[in-house]
Amino acid sequence: MKKIDKDSLLGLWLTGDLNLTDRLYTDPLPHPEETEKYQPGHDRKTAVRVTRCFQRVYTVCAALLCMVFAAVMLLTVANLPPYGADDAPTVNEVAERYVEKGTEETGAVNTVAGMILDYRAFDTLGESFVLFTAMCAVTVLMNLRGKHRRLRVETETVDYHADPIVRTMCKFVIPVILVFGIYILLNGHLSPGGGFSGGAILASAFIIFAMVWGEERASRTIRVPVIKGVTLCALGFYALSKTYSFFTGANHLHSIISPGVPGRILSAGLILPLNVAVGFVVCCTMYSFYMYFRRGEL
Amino acid sequence: MPAMFANIASNYEEAVAVILFCIGFCMLLFSRNLLKKVIGLDIMDTGVFLLLADRGYITGRAVPIITDGVTDMAHYINPIPAGLVLTGIVVSVSVSALMLSLTVRIYKTYRTLDMDKLYLMISNRRKGGRA
Repeated sequence: MKKIDKDSLLGLWLTGDLNLTDRLYTDPLPHPEETEKYQPGHDRKTAVRVTRCFQRVYTVCAALLCMVFAAVMLLTVANLPPYGADDAPTVNEVAERYVEKGTEETGAVNTVAGMILDYRAFDTLGESFVLFTAMCAVTVLMNLRGKHRRLRVETETVDYHADPIVRTMCKFVIPVILVFGIYILLNGHLSPGGGFSGGAILASAFIIFAMVWGEERASRTIRVPVIKGVTLCALGFYALSKTYSFFTGANHLHSIISPGVPGRILSAGLILPLNVAVGFVVCCTMYSFYMYFRRGEL
Repeated sequence: MPAMFANIASNYEEAVAVILFCIGFCMLLFSRNLLKKVIGLDIMDTGVFLLLADRGYITGRAVPIITDGVTDMAHYINPIPAGLVLTGIVVSVSVSALMLSLTVRIYKTYRTLDMDKLYLMISNRRKGGRA
């Protein structure tokens, strides 16, 4: 069918020869989607619209969820026994047993240390393995050696070592932090503290060292095989020694590890070495987290 | 029902812990930035720790460190929540480190931390992969 432009159509209408029904059947309007070429913008606009719509629904639902959550939990708090009550259901025979027999059975003056490193030592072993697993996962995700090295983001770092105030203060502070960390680590069964807090304090000293003296110097001083070896040895020692005590305890065999005199530094049986092992694991893990997030490798 | 809310005044620390938890939860739900979501989860953790530590306290009693030979439970607070908080802190640190490293990887791949942009990018990539 030949195309009719506007002027000839006007002429046809003026002469009265225009047959509209004819044109209606012979020249159907094409469906827009058939002629329109694929447009990348079209898809994107739909996606944006769908996302906006979803976002609105999501915000309303999330606000509702938050409010319901807050209301339910505040209601629960209102129905809890009063703060500091001595007849609360949580103060039961388990806590009583830990406090009354803990020192006698484990040799630890600190009941919490005796609880987590003697009665529940396997739980703490699991915790150490959680840390170790997290370290492995961070290593896998953050390691920039090999093919991922090109992804490394070059960042400007401040040279703290050039600053005489920072350098001198760190030379003074780092040994103090280390000694304090070792004190916390070794006195875990006598006073508040223990493996986790002591290890974190030790790690903070190493992190300050790496921060001020630079990553190159830090990885030369604290070498990667040392970190890996210390972590693995500490975890292995923990697992083996606790297996021994579990074996002798569960089978009623005679254990050569005695609780000792409560209150002395060399007492409480396995708690002191286990505290040291946990402290090493925590220290190495924290330091590795810092180094991985800072430079992508140990 | 006034009897139902009788303890809300004395349990104000637990109420603060719940509010802290809800602040973290809101941050987790409403923030579009992945890094802020991680921070929100850490705030939630803090609320849980505060609640646990509060539940272990008993008025007028000492820490469960037996220095003077008194082993009566009537003198000491509950040691169990302290152990639970210790476990919780370790797990929280591990989870935060894992999530932060995932965030770093996401940023390196997509060069953004915004949830909507990430969603658009990932859906476009999936469509392109199929076609």
